Amino acid sequence: MALAERPTEGRRSAPLIHWIKSILKTLGTIAITMLGLLFVTFIIGRVMPIDPVLAIVGERASQSTYDAVYQQLGLDKPLLVQFGYYLWDVLHGDFGDSLLNARPVSEDIARVFPATLELATLGVLIGIFLGVPLGVIAAVKRGSWIDQIARVVALVGYSMPIFWLGLMGLLVFYGILGWVGGPGRLDIFYEDLVPTRTGLILLDSALAQDWDVFRNALSHIILPAALLGYYSLAYISRMTRSFMLEQLSAEYVITARVKGLSERQVIWRHAFKNIRVQLITVIALSYANLLEGSVLTEIIFSWPGIGSYITTALLSADMNAVLGGTVVVGLIFICLNIFSDLLYRFFDPRSK
Amino acid sequence: MSDMTLRQWLLTDEPTSRRHARLASFYKGWLTLRSNSMAMVGLAILVILVLTALFAPFLAPHDPFVQSLSSRLLPIGAEGHLLGTDSLGRDILSRLIFGARITLYIVALVALIAPIAGLLVGTVAGYVGGWTDVILMRITDIFLAFPRLVLALAFVAALGAGIENAVLAISLTAWPPYARMARAETLTIRSTDYINAIRLQGAGPFRIITRHIWPLCISSLIVRVTLDMAGIILAAAGLGFLGLGAQPPSPEWGAMISEGRRFILDHWWVATVPGLAIFTVSLAFNLLGDGLRDALDPKDGGQ
Amino acid sequence: MNAFNRLLTGAALGLALAVTSTSAMAETPPNMLVIAHRIDDITTLDPAESFEFAGSDVSRNVYQKLVNFDPLNLDAGYQPDIAESWDVSEDGKSITFNIREGLTFHSGNPVTAEDVEFSLRRAIILNKTPAFILTQFGFTPENIEETIVADGNTLTITTDKPYATSFVLNCLTATIGGIVDKKTVMEHDKDGDLGNEWLKTNTAGSGAYSLVSWKPNESVTLKSNPDFYLGAPAMERVVVRHVQESASQRLLLERGDIDVARNLNPEDVAGASSVDGVKIADELKGRLMYVSLSQKHPELSKPQVRQAFKYLVDYEGMRDSFLKGQYTIHQNFLPQTYLGASDETPFSFDVEKAKALLDEAGVSGLEIEVGVREAQERIEIAQSLQNALSQVGITMNITVGTAKQILARYRARELDVYLGAWGPDYPDPQTNAGTFAYNPDNSDEANATGLLAWRNSWDTGGLTEKTDAAVVENDTAKRADMYKEIQAEFRETSPFVIMFQQIEQSALRENVTNFSTGQAITSASYWQVTK
Repeated sequence: MALAERPTEGRRSAPLIHWIKSILKTLGTIAITMLGLLFVTFIIGRVMPIDPVLAIVGERASQSTYDAVYQQLGLDKPLLVQFGYYLWDVLHGDFGDSLLNARPVSEDIARVFPATLELATLGVLIGIFLGVPLGVIAAVKRGSWIDQIARVVALVGYSMPIFWLGLMGLLVFYGILGWVGGPGRLDIFYEDLVPTRTGLILLDSALAQDWDVFRNALSHIILPAALLGYYSLAYISRMTRSFMLEQLSAEYVITARVKGLSERQVIWRHAFKNIRVQLITVIALSYANLLEGSVLTEIIFSWPGIGSYITTALLSADMNAVLGGTVVVGLIFICLNIFSDLLYRFFDPRSK
Repeated sequence: MSDMTLRQWLLTDEPTSRRHARLASFYKGWLTLRSNSMAMVGLAILVILVLTALFAPFLAPHDPFVQSLSSRLLPIGAEGHLLGTDSLGRDILSRLIFGARITLYIVALVALIAPIAGLLVGTVAGYVGGWTDVILMRITDIFLAFPRLVLALAFVAALGAGIENAVLAISLTAWPPYARMARAETLTIRSTDYINAIRLQGAGPFRIITRHIWPLCISSLIVRVTLDMAGIILAAAGLGFLGLGAQPPSPEWGAMISEGRRFILDHWWVATVPGLAIFTVSLAFNLLGDGLRDALDPKDGGQ
Repeated sequence: MNAFNRLLTGAALGLALAVTSTSAMAETPPNMLVIAHRIDDITTLDPAESFEFAGSDVSRNVYQKLVNFDPLNLDAGYQPDIAESWDVSEDGKSITFNIREGLTFHSGNPVTAEDVEFSLRRAIILNKTPAFILTQFGFTPENIEETIVADGNTLTITTDKPYATSFVLNCLTATIGGIVDKKTVMEHDKDGDLGNEWLKTNTAGSGAYSLVSWKPNESVTLKSNPDFYLGAPAMERVVVRHVQESASQRLLLERGDIDVARNLNPEDVAGASSVDGVKIADELKGRLMYVSLSQKHPELSKPQVRQAFKYLVDYEGMRDSFLKGQYTIHQNFLPQTYLGASDETPFSFDVEKAKALLDEAGVSGLEIEVGVREAQERIEIAQSLQNALSQVGITMNITVGTAKQILARYRARELDVYLGAWGPDYPDPQTNAGTFAYNPDNSDEANATGLLAWRNSWDTGGLTEKTDAAVVENDTAKRADMYKEIQAEFRETSPFVIMFQQIEQSALRENVTNFSTGQAITSASYWQVTK
């Protein structure tokens, strides 16, 4: 900041240095945060009274089998040494093997993350396309019945236990009405029909132009996505309303109205334009939350996503999987955060 | 003052003392809030909740722990069991009433721990600045970047299941946003003339933070906490749903849903009744929080 | 039926008329079997290492064994499989198997005595968790060159004592007895691990099916082996999909999206059984539900207290309510259908009797902790027990944790009371006798964490020797009597309150026939299934 405020002597070099510096600083921040994230997860994993050795060898193992695995996992070494080894591997792109299913964690994540990505993306899109207009309308018609309905719709979304809503939705729309697909990402006979390119079944089937698979995948994803969408709709619409109210009471809007601009122009051209950046921050946050994987939704819909992956791993002391999953989720969160921060800096006139 | 009603005294434009001014502004806030019927509905529900929790032993028609395997899974409206019975034949209404205590307990503890921790970290970071700021904010970021339920799960798993540990775990995931908010507010307040003046008068940083910065952060914090309350109840219920919250036979609402979800297809009320209870209370907190925001937040309130 | 259901059904009917095309019943393809099951316990598919229920299901269909069970006639006991016949030596220590001709692995390699020798030796060298099933016969990595030997078309194994032949052969039917393709496995040997790494996620067998894919916590897909020696299986593809929730499994089944739902709870079984096109199959399994009392605890170790607990379980109440149809009362450590099993049930819910016993022991105001793993039925049993104990003035606090958490404390002898389940490892009475009634060294240092008697610090009061004697008795009838005698004493004196034996209820689409989950002795098999 200080650099930017200084009178510009070397007009060409100063912004460049500023740029590089700020990029380095950002990268440094990411690195430090990631390191801390890893360390905290690692410590949690080690102090947990769940025995990872037991998780591998099972209840019936003899003591000699147990001891062998204990050493194999390096658990006899000091904690910091263990962390050092782990860090070294991670820096080389190796998250280690899952303790439980013996596969590379990176492979597991590559399998489960697209499932969450697909669900979260669809969910947030539903949230945006319904939530933003709802918020704007509620702000414009403040106090009217539309505002009240929008408020109730949003607050109900906030207040509903998602696992209860999920079970009920499944019962009604799948069990009784048969409108949507059941738990899982696809009906079983559609599985493995299209080649996996991105892991996003909707995209993969569209690329392969296999519309039967596409339709089936859509019927499976629509209910959980709508559920998550409802939740983000609640958040997005409330925030949109709040931002819009702030704008609508601002001087320039009054001026614009006095000038005789139509209400529509005032709302969309001026007020809405000014909340775009704030809105992107909110949406990014909402998206990040969904990308963490909604554990409960994933369990109910048998959705093999990253949330249930980390949870299962955690409860069975598969620490490599937990660490790997947390790193990925954390990285996404941090990146989205920084992305919205940067947007803010670029577009917000006050921070220039 | 003698010919003034209390109402007039509270609505005066010329407060006679600092206390007077504060009371007056509270009263105005209250009036705004009262005109918001939705917020009042929320408040009423919460008052009922508190009363229910207080008088649980008098209200509950049955002992919430007494089992009767011969009269299990009775439907709503069954004789003597208004809301039916659960899998072990316990009266759902009585469990719900006693469960209100646990819900309140969770809510109260988290509402105390998380915002205060966040306030402490945020204001110190914001006021002291420099390396302290960098370190505290990185720690905040780390906790913020954790998947929330996973972090809570990890802590409950590490500390052992139970209601106190669930509260701690939830608080641990809930404080970072408060810290960020408090820091942002502190940054704006710190450089105001008002704080500079106090500093010139020789007030130390401790005094400035506790006496002058905290009070200014409180109102937005309260709004935020009220709005988060629903999330906290739902998180506690989520832990209960995964079997890591309150221990049986405690009638915690989330655990009740978890127990009842096995019967959701045939005996839907066992899970639905506590589900509705959670929903109602969360909604009440949200309605109230929303109203409070309108009343207290100068940005969009008071038009 | 209740108002809500009627309402929903009514709504459904109305809407079904409006949108018949979308709500038409789905159906799985005729040559494909689709099963919903909890398969998150699979950690490895290597038969030398695999030890979990869902993993054993895969193994049973992929690998042949020397002797095996016929899924359509499980009562007949072990039958020839890779071994066409066998001879026992005079001294009773050696068994020579004649290997069946003309069998091939999925790779096309022939199944030879050398493969069998390799598979068994490999299991012993790797010394993974289930290795004890074989090493209890005295096999060690050092002596396998002499004790497990292939010679031409035969394989001879030599045990350290003249064990009952049925005991040895029953052990060879366990997952660890699965025969792998030596050539294929050794092609994937990594740093002398005998292909362990590779076999964890791949298969190299000669059974009815081969593995197409295993996606952890998601699904296992098998495809049939058209050259299977008992004939090509009717189900050409079998998909086992991981579905956690019972309600979800039931909905999938009722909609016809799956053929078999394996984890329905009693309420969902009751609900599903009244649906058209769904049938329920009951199979008695070997798993026992029990409560055990730590003998380190000064009060719980009194004989009268141990007795009292056996009268404080509401056996009938639980069986007829939340365990309905899925557990039967059983109070002995050998599951029904096992050699020597006893169906004596002398204990019933009797608070007065328990009170008298506790008074006799001078116990009052006791407060104890029970460890239970996070599984709804166990938590409910614990609560029922808690309720009964409170009637005699005993406070029992329930600690619920994940399976691994509770187990770790149990193995460390830290729990006052443990409530859990035990399933046999192989279909021979020794599997349970050797853990419930066997504890040669009760000291902490012995660290015999695999023995339930040790975990509860119980010295078995002389049953250890009797168990040892029963293992080497070759007269089957006599052996059965010995186990009955051990159990009679165990019932009265042990700190184990054995309560229930599991009944697995599979819900199937009407057209599925011959499905078997293997009853109490083995795992699920698919090759005999038709639709």
